Amino acid sequence: MPNETVLTMRGICKQFPGVRALNNVDFTLRKGEIHALMGENGAGKSTLIKVLTGVYGKDAGIIRIDGVEGEAHIHSPQDAQNAGIATVYQEITLCPNLTVAENMYIGRGEGLLVNRKEYEKKAGQILESLSIPARPKQQLASCSLAVQQMVAIARAVDMQCKVLILDEPTSSLDDKEVQMLFSLMRDLKSRGVGIIFVTHFLEQVYEVSDRITVLRNGELVGEYVVEDLPQVQLVAKMMGKELDELNSMSEFERKDTGSEEVTYEAEDLSSEASRPFNFRIRKGEVNGFTGLLGSGRSESVRAIFGADRVNSGRITVKGKRVRITKPYEAMKNGIGYLPEDRKRDGIVADLSVRDNIILALQVMKGFFRPLSKGDMEKFADEYIKALNIKTASKDTPIASLSGGNQQKVILARWLLTHPDYLILDEPTRGIDVGTKLEIQKLVLKLAEDNVSVTFISSEIEEMLRTCSRLIVMRDRNIVGELSGDDLNQAKVMKTIAGGEAS
Amino acid sequence: MSTVKKLAKKTNGLSAMIIPLIALGLLIIFNLIRDPGFFSVETKLNNSGDMVLAGNLISIINGASELAILAMGMTLVTAACGGQDISVGAAAAIAGSVFVRIIRGASVVTGGTVVLAFLACCVVAMIFGAFNGTLVSVFKIQPMIATLILYTCGRSIAYWINGGATPTISSPITGAIGSFIPGLPIPTPVIIVAVMFILFSLAFRFTTLGLYTQTVGINQSAARLNGINTTLIKLLSFIILGICVSVAGCIGVCRLQLINHETLLLDIEMDTILAVAIGGNSLGGGKFKIGGSIIGAYVIQMLTITLYAMKVASTDVKAYKAIVIVILVVIGSPVVKRWFAKVMANIRTSRQQRAAVKEGA
Repeated sequence: MPNETVLTMRGICKQFPGVRALNNVDFTLRKGEIHALMGENGAGKSTLIKVLTGVYGKDAGIIRIDGVEGEAHIHSPQDAQNAGIATVYQEITLCPNLTVAENMYIGRGEGLLVNRKEYEKKAGQILESLSIPARPKQQLASCSLAVQQMVAIARAVDMQCKVLILDEPTSSLDDKEVQMLFSLMRDLKSRGVGIIFVTHFLEQVYEVSDRITVLRNGELVGEYVVEDLPQVQLVAKMMGKELDELNSMSEFERKDTGSEEVTYEAEDLSSEASRPFNFRIRKGEVNGFTGLLGSGRSESVRAIFGADRVNSGRITVKGKRVRITKPYEAMKNGIGYLPEDRKRDGIVADLSVRDNIILALQVMKGFFRPLSKGDMEKFADEYIKALNIKTASKDTPIASLSGGNQQKVILARWLLTHPDYLILDEPTRGIDVGTKLEIQKLVLKLAEDNVSVTFISSEIEEMLRTCSRLIVMRDRNIVGELSGDDLNQAKVMKTIAGGEAS
Repeated sequence: MSTVKKLAKKTNGLSAMIIPLIALGLLIIFNLIRDPGFFSVETKLNNSGDMVLAGNLISIINGASELAILAMGMTLVTAACGGQDISVGAAAAIAGSVFVRIIRGASVVTGGTVVLAFLACCVVAMIFGAFNGTLVSVFKIQPMIATLILYTCGRSIAYWINGGATPTISSPITGAIGSFIPGLPIPTPVIIVAVMFILFSLAFRFTTLGLYTQTVGINQSAARLNGINTTLIKLLSFIILGICVSVAGCIGVCRLQLINHETLLLDIEMDTILAVAIGGNSLGGGKFKIGGSIIGAYVIQMLTITLYAMKVASTDVKAYKAIVIVILVVIGSPVVKRWFAKVMANIRTSRQQRAAVKEGA
């Protein structure tokens, strides 16, 4: 591997009001390496990347980039782009109402005239060479989330970048797409591009990375060659503690705490987005829906909550026939739902942490019965403490919290309604290992307290740890139900893939 | 420490209203320098022989009444729908016409007749509000396009109601609504603004209207998934604006004791939207402050009166107004705000550094 550095960052400091986000952080990227940047939420990964891409100005420190004389001055994303730094963010930052080709070529600053034909041709070639299933003339919004992500990468790739930053690129991709992305990353690596890979998936780090830099609380913990750092040690370094807590997870051996009493039962339930299915969950049971992206797992739980228009179904809650066609009716029947897309469906960005916590409870109380100021403060304090939510105050807008803490606020919102049945769709996506464990523990704790929980996660291990029953979906149909001894990775994979043959 | 924190919290809540307050302050200072007696309030005898307050300050506050009332409702629509209703002037003409029609229909105008006329025009304005609201919330038409319909046809409808050019009313009761209630030195429209503000405050206090409206405006999808009926909240905001429209329309009619469907509250929709914007509210919806919009209304009115007082020709007033408004809107823009925050942060750090150096020495 050539050891030529392409990017050097030394002594980077960044201060936000009340928070030291980065303190004297060094980072080195070599030509043709995939370098994982690891750390819990709030460790400073995003800040470091934003400093590098010119979104934030740095308070101290120097950045050197191969091919730029002396110190690189990056004051805007445009500067970063000109210096050969391309970024693909976790959230898609393209324009959904433009075509794929337009998205790949907007903002290149090549004069006023646009040669649409040529762009479309070039875009077509790139898409083909990366085997991305999209046509240049297709509107971006009509592509799946995963394909949109790949278009964003294709855009970056064509910018002839020296440094490619991938910020959580795999969080919305299924396994096959992740493999496609990895082969693309390896291809770029062989061409000498330095790749900074930010992810929460540990397995993916070990599968594709050469080196790992670990940050914690805004400080550099160290840079390691992947072979020298076993996975457990990486987690320990990220969390800054010994593995007691991780080990204690095993005590939480999933046990079927469910009683015989059925909390929720649906027969022939279908919505505009999901096909008819039957489903039941017992009191205190934790079950999961699994399947590839687009298999219909999210759509099914959305149908349970009435999030999409319900077309058919006979619903029984605690033995009583009820009608659930919209979220309010579900809530009134003791069902809570933490949506898959936190940003789009979960948080109310400009409102305070307090307002976000009390929202669902307030709606259930009714329009003419607002909670008192005192109650609001009390509930907010209680749950900020119980879930260990890191926020400057109750009045802080939720948007300024880190992803993991935002998720905890949404969790608090539903816990406050004391649901009998709580649906958690990807509660651990895009959040750090520590918070993931906290949420898993919380799920098991809820089950002990007789709450039924549906837990959905892209990480099968996580579901195997928490669920006593897994419903497997493929192509929008339930294709299997696993419990007991069948709950192992191999069996789940087989069922997802379909066919006992292999 | 705790007091500092409390203070910080308070100023934080005020920060959205800082621009309109500064604008108001600057206008007051400017006028005081120009003419120290500009705001002096005097008492004088009016036509009906009552002692009433008079002076520029009173005429500013009085004159801004319709604008302030419409701005309150417009704030709600803006917050919930992320768009504005441009038909409020035309709708007020309809409401005023209904009011005049019923008063003229009565042989003897009693207090009951006026109340009945007001209630009728309230219902009519709410129906038209619901019409706009339905287009926006159910059919998801952009508010400006949806309300363009009523903006275009509203004044024709107003004409049909009375079928005449400028029907007049003459009743001491409506006269009192437009000017002074005997025995009270404060103009009645000012009192009505206060009543409306109290009603809004009570609504925010005793219902979850504020929380729901902001939630719907910020993230409609999240609002829906938390059980809020987003369609109803948007519709409600238009219906509430309808009430504001009827109140403003009636004040306008009572001031002149006649209705001119072509000129009643003409062009007020743009001033209303401006008042909301100057009040520090995002025209894209979400968080809002009713108080800010009311101050915005007074800023606009004070600006107009100041220009008249400076003997600016009425044909030129709009141009000068535009200049001031451009300045206000630019100062309130996110770009300038960010720049200002940066400058403040720099000052603070350099001060800290100097303090550190001093300590070191």
